[in-house]
Amino acid sequence: MVAYIIRRIFGMLLVLLAVSFIVYFIFIVIPGGDPAQRIAGKVATQANILAIRQKLGLDRSFIVQWYDLVKALFTAKLVSYSNQTNVVGQIKQGLPATFSLAIGAGIIWFGFGVLVGTISAVTAGRISDRAITALALIGISMPVAWLGLILRFFLAGDGGSGVSWFPDGSYVPLTSNPAQWFYHLILPWFTLAVLFIGFYGRVLRSNILDTINEDFVRTAKAKGLSTHRILVKHVLRASLIPIVTLFGLDFASVLGGGAIITETVYNLHGVGWYAAQSIQSEDLPPLMGVTLFGAMFIVVFSLLVDIAYAYLDPRIRLS
Amino acid sequence: MQAAPPPNVFESVATTGQEEFTLDTAAELAAEEGATQIQGKSPWVLAGRRLRRNYVALAFLGVFLLVVVCCLLAPVYVSQVSHIPQNDVRTGAVVVVSGKKVNVISQGGTKIVNGQPVIKFGGVPIGSQWGAAGGKYILGADELGRDVATRLLYGGRNSLFIGITSAAICTILSVVLALVSAYFGGIVDWIISRFFDLIWAFPVVLLGIALGTALSVNGFHHGPINISSGSLWIPIGVISFVFIPYIGRPLRGQVLALRNREFIEAATAQGAGPVRIMFSELLPNVASSVLVLFTLIVANSILTEVGLSFLGAGVQLPNPSWGTMIQEGSRLLSTAPQISLFPGIAIALTVLSLNVFGDGLRDALDPRAKIRIEHG
Repeated sequence: MVAYIIRRIFGMLLVLLAVSFIVYFIFIVIPGGDPAQRIAGKVATQANILAIRQKLGLDRSFIVQWYDLVKALFTAKLVSYSNQTNVVGQIKQGLPATFSLAIGAGIIWFGFGVLVGTISAVTAGRISDRAITALALIGISMPVAWLGLILRFFLAGDGGSGVSWFPDGSYVPLTSNPAQWFYHLILPWFTLAVLFIGFYGRVLRSNILDTINEDFVRTAKAKGLSTHRILVKHVLRASLIPIVTLFGLDFASVLGGGAIITETVYNLHGVGWYAAQSIQSEDLPPLMGVTLFGAMFIVVFSLLVDIAYAYLDPRIRLS
Repeated sequence: MQAAPPPNVFESVATTGQEEFTLDTAAELAAEEGATQIQGKSPWVLAGRRLRRNYVALAFLGVFLLVVVCCLLAPVYVSQVSHIPQNDVRTGAVVVVSGKKVNVISQGGTKIVNGQPVIKFGGVPIGSQWGAAGGKYILGADELGRDVATRLLYGGRNSLFIGITSAAICTILSVVLALVSAYFGGIVDWIISRFFDLIWAFPVVLLGIALGTALSVNGFHHGPINISSGSLWIPIGVISFVFIPYIGRPLRGQVLALRNREFIEAATAQGAGPVRIMFSELLPNVASSVLVLFTLIVANSILTEVGLSFLGAGVQLPNPSWGTMIQEGSRLLSTAPQISLFPGIAIALTVLSLNVFGDGLRDALDPRAKIRIEHG
């Protein structure tokens, strides 16, 4: 097990290295033209462009530039083009909002996903199953941006609908007012969770229906175990494994700033919101930082998931 | 598939829905339908027969086709009904509603009600007229006085074009990659698998906006490809790229399982080359999965386009798309909800119909296909 983990950590570092190459490629190579000229703006003088080129090391070779980029990120010296703020500092500032959103939404979508999927599978073919299936399909078909705007309009603040059950967006730090923190996050949590609840519910339903035909379930029944015990201890445990994998990746993605749309719609100043702000100004370093940051979370979490996987499912041999 | 599931605690489940669909070879279908009925019929014909019995799936396919046809007829709508072109700005215009003249964008002012001055705010676009204005502004206007219904149809053309084209490109690329990877194995397989892992390691929306923004700085001018920065081909390229591992990974697994079967050995013995084995031996065996995955990827591509355009990294203004319309309307939700509301309904309806149809297709063709989605 220890050897496996060490090998995986080594592999993970290689993936992160490659990820940083891709990020470099996307932001420096793809835009084409002269990056120094782009940064200097449309009315720059030649001296100005030269200064930027030298300052950012754009006149040096590909490997050196890439190395400088990674070094700038890790030593927290990467600054944005447009307002010279420190990218790493800004990402750190966004962490509380992003983590609050991710953890709350994660609990909701995992809990409801499992509940909905189990009910649906146990009552397969009956009205409750059909209703859940229909709702789940609608849930995964709505664009998050639209759902967020509509919920905000109809339920929050004073959007003109006359109903103001919830505050209108923005984030209140947990440390300054826990009650307001919770109150402000209810709508964002549910907006983000709807899509995942529908999806997890559907996947779990089909997993359970596959599992109940397995031999070990028949054995459990033959031993005279109660229906409830078979469902929870045997069927659900086996069916949950793929869900845990999914959850690890999706949760990592949201933690790493992947919930850009939800954060933007509800004006939560998190990591994803920070990335979204720099799109209009075509300010690349913040996007670069957040993209690397998000990928880092996914890579680390997929390792954790694989380890959890090996622990949960004795059939899986680590190799 | 067990021939007769043993009676168990979930008896009600065992006889319904799910596992009667867990068969996908002709032999298994034969066991289900009775040998005489399916004699001489291909698995495709049999799957078609299953699909024809699934009325819900067919109805939703109808809904999707209806949406496509409506969007294609956008120019006809402009010339026959609304008479307002898609990008026609009419901020100061006046429209006749039931015989009365109304400003398209309301003008501010004060009026005296019961002796008290009441301030009326200006800049509010006209709401949905439902035909009262003679075909103009059926769904209302946006902040520049453009016709929401017209833009909804033109935006739909862009959104559907991006969704379908990027899904097609993505599917073709990932099928080729999966076939090459699983057929050749070794170092080729290693490189392609690591490539899938790498794209997989990025959050979809983040990678999408990163690419979309980087590409819209100057467009893409490398080698023979020249794409200007406002082109629809940028979101198409971005979306088809980010979804490659979502099709490539499951397909590679399937092809890998087929790779060492006897029929491949037989083809090799007959002297078939790699290309022929990949495309006329392996591909037909995974074609049903490809079709199912394609349907679901179209749905996800449409949603991703909405997300990217909403954030400003997709379709560039003034080009309408369902995503940019939602974004434009988000500022005016309280006074003119129609701008965001209708595109959202259109997307939900389109994507829902694709998802339901895709589900039916999967039940008929390939019950094991699963896809991970993410566009939060």
